[in-house]
Amino acid sequence: MMKRIEAISTIAEEAEIQDAFIVGNIGFPSRELCAVGDRTSNFYMLGSMGLASSIGLGLALARPDKRVIAIDGDGAVLMNLGSLATIADQDPKNYLLVILDNGCYGSTGSQPTCTSRRADLARMAEGAGVSEVRLAATSEELRNGVAGRGVLVVKVEIGNAEVPVIDLSPEKIIKRFMARSAPPSPSS
Amino acid sequence: MMEIDPSSAVFRGMKGAGIDFVASVPCINLQDLLCMVDADPDIIHVPVTREEEGVGICAGAYLGGKRPALLMQNSGLGNSINALASLNGLYKIPLLMIVSHRGGEGETIVGQVPMGRLTPELLDAMKIPRFSPTLFEAEELVARAWQVALADGTPTAVLLDIEFWRSR
Repeated sequence: MMKRIEAISTIAEEAEIQDAFIVGNIGFPSRELCAVGDRTSNFYMLGSMGLASSIGLGLALARPDKRVIAIDGDGAVLMNLGSLATIADQDPKNYLLVILDNGCYGSTGSQPTCTSRRADLARMAEGAGVSEVRLAATSEELRNGVAGRGVLVVKVEIGNAEVPVIDLSPEKIIKRFMARSAPPSPSS
Repeated sequence: MMEIDPSSAVFRGMKGAGIDFVASVPCINLQDLLCMVDADPDIIHVPVTREEEGVGICAGAYLGGKRPALLMQNSGLGNSINALASLNGLYKIPLLMIVSHRGGEGETIVGQVPMGRLTPELLDAMKIPRFSPTLFEAEELVARAWQVALADGTPTAVLLDIEFWRSR
């Protein structure tokens, strides 16, 4: 099984090749994303647990000309399961939700989530009607999966990398991101 | 004197403000407005499962250069508070909230009363500017509510009570 930071590193490499925007989940996932290679096309979500998949969806619908990847966790997706139905309903071709499933709340002391026992997020995504649902267990499967759309579930090891807190203010994160995601039009 | 339709007045205010992205959870009082939004080719309309989800989707749309609005009942404010503070508040992301304010004069559903009473205080506690226009003020104040949201980087709320929807 991959470590989460290895999976994040692979996703970030592929995103750079695709010139894709990334929305990173609250807590260690965003910290690891920043640590493997900070880029201005990353939006680090520092609050609002559960909403990374929703922010990614809104961005993808607003910018159909760009690729958008949201990196979310099992605990956060379980908190906003309706998002899977809305993603399926809208079905944007330029959007991929990656769920890094370690079966626990990794940023709060690794308390187990329901995916550590019976809940299956890939089957939930299928049940929600998501048009493309994939699983990735290896680095190669992950690389292939990141090229797709819909939902990609990646089982990863429990545990956080030793990475610092993100040394960027919320104002800085959004300002530099929007310089890429919503540049002023030449006419305005 | 010409009759003003409440839904049309709100819709004109939204269009005047340049709203081009809407997430919604329905209310009986929003049904006509939702049809207008849905039929407008210049507005992306995303029906959502829960208001908090709509806050996230609207924030993402703003990141992508859209002018977002969330249409909901005031009960949805309670479902959205953390996101409004730790997403919109933290990053100064604007959002226009068009809120059917239930639970006041003329309410027939007892379950609407507790949140109906709390809604203005909750908004005040969160320092979210709120507007309660009459029918004749609606178009102008809806547009102004977006302008305040954009200028101050904050959510703003337009509260439209039962009396508003009955007025003509």
